[in-house]
Amino acid sequence: MTSRLQSARQTDSVFHTEDLNIYYGNFLAVRDLSIDIAKNSITAFIGPSGCGKSTVLRCFNRLNDLIKSFHIKGKIYYHDQDLYASEIDPVEVRRQVGMVFQKPNPFPKSIYDNIAFGPRLLGYKGDMDELVEQSLKQAALWDDVKDKLKAFGTDLSGGQQQRLCIARAIAVQPDVILMDEPCSALDPISTLKIEDLLQELKEKYTIMIVTHNMQQASRASDYTAFFNVEANSKGQRTGYVVEYDRTEAIFQSPKEQATQAYVSGRFG
Amino acid sequence: MASTTDHSSPMNRKRSAATRLIDDGFVWGTTAIAIAVGLLLAVIALQVGEDALPAIQKFGLGFLVSNRWSVIDGEFGALTQIYGTLVTSFIALLIAVPIGVGVAIFLSEDFLPPRIKQPIVFLVELLAAIPSVVYGLWGIFVLIPFLSPIGIWLNANLGWIPLFSTAPAGPGIYAAGLVLAIMILPIIAAISRDAMVAVPAELRQAAYGLGATRWETIFQILLPAGFSGIAGGVMLALGRAMGETMAVTMLIGNSNTIDSFSILSQGSTVSSLLANQFAEAGGLQVSALMYAALVLFGLTLVVNVLAEIVVRRFSLKL
Repeated sequence: MTSRLQSARQTDSVFHTEDLNIYYGNFLAVRDLSIDIAKNSITAFIGPSGCGKSTVLRCFNRLNDLIKSFHIKGKIYYHDQDLYASEIDPVEVRRQVGMVFQKPNPFPKSIYDNIAFGPRLLGYKGDMDELVEQSLKQAALWDDVKDKLKAFGTDLSGGQQQRLCIARAIAVQPDVILMDEPCSALDPISTLKIEDLLQELKEKYTIMIVTHNMQQASRASDYTAFFNVEANSKGQRTGYVVEYDRTEAIFQSPKEQATQAYVSGRFG
Repeated sequence: MASTTDHSSPMNRKRSAATRLIDDGFVWGTTAIAIAVGLLLAVIALQVGEDALPAIQKFGLGFLVSNRWSVIDGEFGALTQIYGTLVTSFIALLIAVPIGVGVAIFLSEDFLPPRIKQPIVFLVELLAAIPSVVYGLWGIFVLIPFLSPIGIWLNANLGWIPLFSTAPAGPGIYAAGLVLAIMILPIIAAISRDAMVAVPAELRQAAYGLGATRWETIFQILLPAGFSGIAGGVMLALGRAMGETMAVTMLIGNSNTIDSFSILSQGSTVSSLLANQFAEAGGLQVSALMYAALVLFGLTLVVNVLAEIVVRRFSLKL
């Protein structure tokens, strides 16, 4: 794994975007995004539906590359490396920047094999049993499943499945973990468990999370970006960042009217 | 709704007698049809069994291990045909499974733009629409002349392998197996493709999100997740291959004796035997043919039960 990505000089901002515009074909989905993501922090993306939060999130691990019409203008830097430079392999990016999805999506394999999937792809040479245990412990799932590692991941409860997906993402020891509404399919108790988990995980990883739950953003994140959406004359809806600041500032003293209205629950 | 207090015109929530009647009639009607299908199968099995009874009493289970089929002596054994059925089907699977699953992978992923992919999907399915007599004709006039030199070469150079130990004489087991492979290919390809397309998009994304390449995603996630569907398709194809009659009868050579394991030699299958002999058969021969039919019935049943077991045991819970 001596890739260009790894050789990137470590900087305090993990991601840095410059005038990023995201397109699907001719359709401008998100415009003028200039944002810095601080290392070992939790950054939340909030905003009304359809404002492009998830689209932006998926730019950071190049998962949007799977959509044929997708392209960007502007730059995204990962540390000091241009993430969309032609010599960058998107597969390598995804090995550095893990992802947890909205709906828990464990593989139809055993719990053990779910965790071991990523490390095996990377040709992990160490003690797999220990790595599995470590990953499950970090995801606060070890005590629930230590006696049934051979059981199917898909047989766990929803909250456990999502923690399994987090453990699976951790197992490849990524630099960043992207989370796309990870708690939207979970009950309040499971949600709180995952929020607690986030606080522990940020010691080692940089976390970016899309959420519809404003309490979650205010409880769990260090920085918050508020996205909004506006329609142009042709009815195309383009998302943009209204305000990006420390989370307390966004929720207690927002500079923009729209942010104030959204965080106080008056629209969205 | 809670604020309306006007009770003078309550909603009419009663279902009319007519809709109830239609509802009940539908349930009974579909039940009757479902039972009728089961009964039909039972009646056919019983009828065949009854007609086979004289042969069953005379030959017993020895019928299954004797390769002597002599109308003149009144001695019948179906080993040649059972062997032919199994070997032609096996050859067909050996060729059609890898190609069919490969086609399914190619047509379920986005290797091609939809505008080109859709016609190909249609063409593959069209292969299933060619009548089997046409496959037979094509086999006789195109495939066998093409295969003969290959068969001669195999026999000359690899004749020490029992499978190639006889010189080919035009039609034979290998030609029948090859045409069967082409005939079952669309079944395997179409069903496997459906199984792979049905794998939830979240699983693909999960694999890609962990840094899996396209190939790793296909072989480690999509194929295992679609396994039960693919296995089901393969078993369906195997059933078709074992029962296929016309094309096989035209291509296999219809030899009723077996004297080697060579796939280059001529042979017969249970269904080709039935097709060849029923018209002129009489007496015990009819009964023996019925017995052979029962054996084929049993073979396909075993395959289907095995398929069900395999699919249940290995199917991954999604």
